[in-house]
Amino acid sequence: MRVLIRGLGELCITAGLILLLFVTYELWGTGRYTHDQQNKLSKEMMRSWASGQPAGAGKITTERVKLGKGLALIRIPRFGSSYRYVVIEGVSLADLRKGPGHYPGTQLPGEVGNFVVSGHRTTYSAPFNRVGELKPGDEIDIDTRDGKYVYKVTEKRVVDPTDVEVTAPVPFHPGQRAGKRMITLTTCHPMYSAAERLIVFGQLSAQYPRVTGK
Amino acid sequence: MYTLIWRLLPGDRRLKTAVAAGLVLVVAVILWYAVFPWVEPQIQFDHGVMNGAPATTPPSSGRPAP
Repeated sequence: MRVLIRGLGELCITAGLILLLFVTYELWGTGRYTHDQQNKLSKEMMRSWASGQPAGAGKITTERVKLGKGLALIRIPRFGSSYRYVVIEGVSLADLRKGPGHYPGTQLPGEVGNFVVSGHRTTYSAPFNRVGELKPGDEIDIDTRDGKYVYKVTEKRVVDPTDVEVTAPVPFHPGQRAGKRMITLTTCHPMYSAAERLIVFGQLSAQYPRVTGK
Repeated sequence: MYTLIWRLLPGDRRLKTAVAAGLVLVVAVILWYAVFPWVEPQIQFDHGVMNGAPATTPPSSGRPAP
């Protein structure tokens, strides 16, 4: 009997320790993967930009990017000058592990409509960890091959995970013709949960052509 | 369980401690690099994506809801 109880106790303690280690892994271990991927994608993207070869014949605002590859750079001055992530094309689980992801099918940076980016709020470097601190008027800077787009935050909302209308060209009015150039950030809410989504809307306030070469 | 392992470890107290520490490390490394990366996607608790296909594409072409 005593042996049994001791065995059970040891098992519980072991399980607890493993769980602790797992939580550590979730919060910090996963960030290392994102960090490596970001470095890789950033280098890849810079090389592609520097080579100055927009894919596709018709040069629009930005190139077509394969799923899982870098599309643009996102910078948010409120989060410090070192805050900088490569936005990946795609929002599958594998894509979002590499960094914030652009919803395929939504508009590209600078286009009329809605440029929708989704990101982790915790785990995997937590690119959107502090998105909740954004206030109306805060800048969100997006760099692409051709230009720099400065968006200003207009609104913050908490919605249900099923409210896909936030990704429509005119948020909440799918089917309506878009007139504004918007950005939408989506992330989970509250932190460490998937119960709701935190949405940040922004509108284009300025755009600059990118200086060639860099 | 641990008493049994301790008894099976070779050498004197010092060696036993060293081997035990090594074993713990090996287990931790296997968990961290092999087991956790596999477990993590199955229980992911952090979803930033809206469930369902983006509103701009026909819902029939449905991306699998994450």
